[in-house]
Amino acid sequence: MSDSAQTAADPEADAETEADQQAATEAEPVTDGSSSIVRALENAGVEHAFGVQGGAIMPVYDALWDSEIEHVTMAHEQGASHAADAYGVVAGSPGIALATSGPGATNLVTGIADANMDSDAMVALTGQVPSDMVGSDAFQETDTTGVTMPITKHNWFANSADTIGETVGNAFALAESGRPGPTLVDLPKDVSFEETDVEPGEPELPAGQDPPTTADPENVEAAARAIERAEKPLLLLGGGVIKAEASETARAFARDHGIPVATTMPGIGTFPEDDELCLSWAGMHGTGYANMAITHTDCLIGVGTRFDDRLTGGIDTFAPEAEVVHVDIDPAEISKNIHADYPCIGDAGTVLDQLTDEMDHDPDAREWREQCQTWKDEYPMDYPVDKNAPLRPEFIVEAFDEATADNTIVTSGVGQHQMWAAQYWEFTEPRTWVSSHGLGTMGYGLPATIGARFAADADQDVVCFDGDGSFLMTLQELSVAVRENLDITVAVLNNEYVGMVRQWQDAFFEGRHMASEYNWMPEFDKLAEAFGAQGWRVDNYDEVAPAIEEALDYDGPSVIDFHIDPEANVYPMVASGAPNGKFALSEDQL
Amino acid sequence: MSQNEQGLEGPPPEERPHPDGRRNSQGIRIDPEVEAEPDSRTAMISALVEHEPGVLARVAGLFSRRQFNIESLTVGPTTVEGNARLTLLVEETEPGIDQIKKQLAKLKPVISVGELEERAVRSELVLLKVNGDEPDKVQAITEMYDGETLDAGPRTITVQLTGSDDEIADAMDAYRQFGIIEVARTGPTALSRGDRPTTPGEKPAAEATAVGVEPDGGSEQDGEAESQAETTN
Repeated sequence: MSDSAQTAADPEADAETEADQQAATEAEPVTDGSSSIVRALENAGVEHAFGVQGGAIMPVYDALWDSEIEHVTMAHEQGASHAADAYGVVAGSPGIALATSGPGATNLVTGIADANMDSDAMVALTGQVPSDMVGSDAFQETDTTGVTMPITKHNWFANSADTIGETVGNAFALAESGRPGPTLVDLPKDVSFEETDVEPGEPELPAGQDPPTTADPENVEAAARAIERAEKPLLLLGGGVIKAEASETARAFARDHGIPVATTMPGIGTFPEDDELCLSWAGMHGTGYANMAITHTDCLIGVGTRFDDRLTGGIDTFAPEAEVVHVDIDPAEISKNIHADYPCIGDAGTVLDQLTDEMDHDPDAREWREQCQTWKDEYPMDYPVDKNAPLRPEFIVEAFDEATADNTIVTSGVGQHQMWAAQYWEFTEPRTWVSSHGLGTMGYGLPATIGARFAADADQDVVCFDGDGSFLMTLQELSVAVRENLDITVAVLNNEYVGMVRQWQDAFFEGRHMASEYNWMPEFDKLAEAFGAQGWRVDNYDEVAPAIEEALDYDGPSVIDFHIDPEANVYPMVASGAPNGKFALSEDQL
Repeated sequence: MSQNEQGLEGPPPEERPHPDGRRNSQGIRIDPEVEAEPDSRTAMISALVEHEPGVLARVAGLFSRRQFNIESLTVGPTTVEGNARLTLLVEETEPGIDQIKKQLAKLKPVISVGELEERAVRSELVLLKVNGDEPDKVQAITEMYDGETLDAGPRTITVQLTGSDDEIADAMDAYRQFGIIEVARTGPTALSRGDRPTTPGEKPAAEATAVGVEPDGGSEQDGEAESQAETTN
């Protein structure tokens, strides 16, 4: 916010304010449930929270009035949960989402489910009707803990002001520990109002919830032998590597032992895509060379991946020749989808170090590395550019990548645009790719961009690739971006279709475009300006670079409506349940 | 039927080498010529849990959303205040049973999970209401199966039986001649034999209290345990 930005510009004033606040914090004891909740968040180091006001959560918001925590009022609670999720992805600590009871809480659900599928750390705090009215179908009452039970790591119904702060601390600690995930605390209004002088401490894990760290040495030893004797080893890095802050360790592991690397989609950024060893990401729309490598490897070392069906394609033909070393912090992921010959349960970085310590020699993989390079040449991600034809979406992604620094954060909605962004942006750093993977939530892009902007460093650009359909689902959050004057750039890859559905209809439904053709879309550049953002419309290749430059230069939210080739499709593509090695390069191969 | 002929370069699928190996539906590498899909088996699983509100819903929800086959579930307190034991009879493939144990262990209120061995002590309680036209014969069968008559009216007799699955099945067969009107079964519950703990690391309350230490949980959980008891009885 501009106020805090101004204060920050003046170091003296900043120090003074901080000292004052420190004194104020120490002087202000906890008086009730609400102040205990806010104190618990402060103790956890929370700086931002995303939410929407409402009846049952009002006491908590009132307590935020006295706090240093910066609250961002979103247009819709779904936006709050996506913003909190993305904030957590970029910051590496749980994002906070606030909502009132009933519709406020249910509107959070999509974002909580999204965070759950992607193992993103996030804490949702929901208001609830007063305890004595629970179960009476009171105004704005929903069984929030019941509704969110299957999509949270754990949730709590707070029943006492004395313990409410400790519970919020538990929720924070559990969200970020081990395999991260969303947690929720439901806060009945009377408990928020209830008097208490119990000061919550630092966030603590609930008893018995400590995650594993080192893997069983015997399993590590067996895994090390398997890697040593492999002739075609492949390291598959998943999102868990980023969450474990193990990207550096994983990079060293691959380079030291000469092992080619593929990532999963959430694992994008773990390994620099411009590195010779890197095959980019595997799976349904992954590169041909990553999918060839995964098909032919004889030793697949999966780290922090849950072998999702979009990665594996058909289970029967997934890495069919490979012994599988599976490194994961969640024991339940071991042999859930793909049998692990060598299960190594523990922290990704710690276990990779254990493996290196245990390995006596590197695998003899020279021929295999050459084979991987050959596949790179055989299956290039090249696309034709005809300056007289409609705009290619891939060109736009590459133009943005060229115009921005390596530390730029890329967010996306869900659909074709998401795949093009992931395919044609060359990622080199972890926590720079923010997307909805497991749940596939259209509308994730814009609110996630807002959350990411708050967590990003000042020198980082934040660029959102969105589809026209995806953008239309949550574009009301532009009001937040303008109000907060956020320096973000949204690139809408507009084909006036629900493009991925249209692509599937062409391939599998005889081209019957049932409910996928919009035929008419609002003019997003003008809509942006109506919100108070800057808008551009781009139809031709010549306009691409100038529009990108202007949008990036603009110090505030900007939206470029790129009208792309409506028939552009995403390739390669592994059909659902098909062998990865049989990826199609064009529609007639599906 | 798409108008678009766009695509990427490279050898088409049929010109690429494809390995012969295969995995089964559990993701295990197999010889496709000989390997059949794994059979399912029944397993008795014991879970020690914090007896807090919603714990049963969390377990039931887990089984439902992950499509685990559950045949019966019993729940009751243990020697440790604030703890409860769930005993589950499940039927799944070997990897499925492994998943059940791991997913159960991930639930925050679940303290410990163990599978009972084949020779574990198992028993079930059954209430059986039969036609009362031949009370002497009913009584004879009840004595034969070490049952107990709980209610004898002019038209019906209600007996209680306990025992293993096989014993109960035999007894039910014997009663069938009178006409069974209603049945209520608790589902089997079980403990391991000897001094082996039923779930890994499980300790009796006596050990903790003997040295003057409060069992895990504390006052808050005691309160929650009471409210849970109301919803599970």
